[in-house]
Amino acid sequence: MDNFIKVLIAKPGLDGHDRGAKVIARGLKEAGMEVVYTGLRQTPEQIVRSAIQEDVDVIGLSILSGAHSYLFPEIMNRLKKADHSDVAVIAGGIIPEDDHKKLKELGIKAIFQPGTPISKIVDFIENEVQK
Amino acid sequence: MSEENIDKSYKEWKNDKFDKTAQRFGERKKEFKSDSNRTVKPLYTPLDIKDLDYINKISFPGDYPFTRGVYPTMYRSKLWTMRQYAGFGSAKETNRRFRYLLGQGQTGLSVAFDLPTQIGYDSDHPLARGEVGKVGVAIDTLADMELLFDQIPLNKVSTSMTINSPASILLAMYKVVAEKQGVSSEKLAGTIQNDILKEYIARGTYIFPPEPSLRIITDIFDYCSKEMPRFNTISISGYHIREAGSDAVQELAFTIADGIEYVKAAVDIGMDVDEFAPRLSFFFNAQMDLFEEIAKFRAARRLWAEIMEERFKAQKAKSKMLRFHTQTAGSALTAQQPMNNIMRVTLQALSAVLGGTQSLHTNSYDEAMGLPTEDSVKIALRTQQLIAHETGAADTIDPLAGSYYIESMTDHLVKEARQYIEKIDELGGMAQAIETGYIQREIQENAYRLQKEVEKEDRVVVGVNQFIEEDEEKNNNLLKVDPAVENEQIEELKNIKVKRDDQEVKDALTQIKKAAVNDNNLMYPIIKAVKAYATIGEISDVLREEFGEYEAQYI
Repeated sequence: MDNFIKVLIAKPGLDGHDRGAKVIARGLKEAGMEVVYTGLRQTPEQIVRSAIQEDVDVIGLSILSGAHSYLFPEIMNRLKKADHSDVAVIAGGIIPEDDHKKLKELGIKAIFQPGTPISKIVDFIENEVQK
Repeated sequence: MSEENIDKSYKEWKNDKFDKTAQRFGERKKEFKSDSNRTVKPLYTPLDIKDLDYINKISFPGDYPFTRGVYPTMYRSKLWTMRQYAGFGSAKETNRRFRYLLGQGQTGLSVAFDLPTQIGYDSDHPLARGEVGKVGVAIDTLADMELLFDQIPLNKVSTSMTINSPASILLAMYKVVAEKQGVSSEKLAGTIQNDILKEYIARGTYIFPPEPSLRIITDIFDYCSKEMPRFNTISISGYHIREAGSDAVQELAFTIADGIEYVKAAVDIGMDVDEFAPRLSFFFNAQMDLFEEIAKFRAARRLWAEIMEERFKAQKAKSKMLRFHTQTAGSALTAQQPMNNIMRVTLQALSAVLGGTQSLHTNSYDEAMGLPTEDSVKIALRTQQLIAHETGAADTIDPLAGSYYIESMTDHLVKEARQYIEKIDELGGMAQAIETGYIQREIQENAYRLQKEVEKEDRVVVGVNQFIEEDEEKNNNLLKVDPAVENEQIEELKNIKVKRDDQEVKDALTQIKKAAVNDNNLMYPIIKAVKAYATIGEISDVLREEFGEYEAQYI
């Protein structure tokens, strides 16, 4: 077993806002995790492929465009089909509260809203991966 | 009082009064810093601006270097344009929101396009799935633009369009819609964003690599100088650079450096600087540090005027005037205690007005959670109206000029931005500096610094890291884009494709390809193509084939 928690930070869809994704990627690295950032404009297929190739423990999805209602179910279904449902998926960005319940039912573990300290995300990931 | 006397009195005050009192009672912070991490002194005096020449560096409104404003009468003649960025769902729905805003006293339009439109994909493209109508209105063909501006007289209203890579296509559509309304091109007023460099740096809706992108931009400069003389051909944007995490100095420096690159590109193809420079416009962010922001707007005007004169030998006064739009900072909005955002926006908007903006968008308080509702947009617009009519802030020109603090900071911001611009020159200009990742790294560093400061509570954000309320009521009153929009839009697109003359479309697309290869101005064949109801995706694909696509590098 390796010692590092490995995280894929991904930008699904056409959204170009990646300040949050980059800040989180750096914060998680400084907390001792291994982090891969996909860059912009990733399809659900590309994200799942990267997660499997990189053998990550966690996928962090960042989205501010409102396209999560379509893209997140696609990603979760593809993970399931690829038999990788054990990868913990978390999300952040601009995701209205009204949508949280539905997204959590899909298996997304947590949705962090703007203003969340990185330390809280680090704690959440560490807890989640130990389980 | 002579300078020497002031100096002497200042030192006495500092030693005998300030230092002693500060020692006794302490100061609230170990260090006082501006938003851009610049040390803020306890007091500013005439000594801080003793080397500043009024005529050369500050001058009068409407006079070079325009530090006090670009027009002689500023808001005493005409208030800034109140221009709320809006767009969602279908063209029909957005048209309704536009007419609502105009009915509420808004004075200009600003179109938000959805991401597929901004990246040159039609609504039926696989990559558009889930994105149609989400962050803006979906436009596929001229038919959508006709609906978007239905019953809006384009000879009376000015329109700003946030469109970059496909700017020439949307500009062509706007021209043709106006033509159908009976409004000729030379009467059209408005702005296209058309600023590709900041897309690579901060905003992400690029399609083509830098070189052909710059060529598309200079084609637009050239076309508009001949056919649409009242239209702003570009909005050189610091807004998104700041949103991506830069500080005020970086916002200023990188925006002006982008501007330099565009002017160079146009001069390089043989255009006369005074032919196109009067139609360049700018777009800045209004963040929370009230005084630094006011100084930034003033510094931007001086810096641009000096650069246009020194580097490009511009002759016309208009070529040296930096006219700008401002938007309040989206990244300053909090999801926690969202009503507080109304006060944030008020202060940011005030800085833009005190800084002499030409137009202003005020954000709605609910935008950290989703799209704004009609009610929240109305409060945002009312905020501007209140500043304009109740505070007196618009009644005298550049009221903070002469403040020791504001003037010395304006001067320092100009100097610090110049250092950055020198560094960018050394790297071979902005396109090169972006290519090396230098600009992106500088911004990322600062974004991370800001995040750390918030987490360590060195930077207080009310409701986020202090004055927190544990059991906040959730705001469920957000605007929802009807998910049916995507399918309806795709259906509509199918109908248009059936109705149009395919041969005409094919011929028009071939003309675009020829112009791309032969280096002829792309605007003319693009206008032909949109008239034939060619789609944005079809036109962009022709250009993709010819120009290739940009691949971002991640560090």
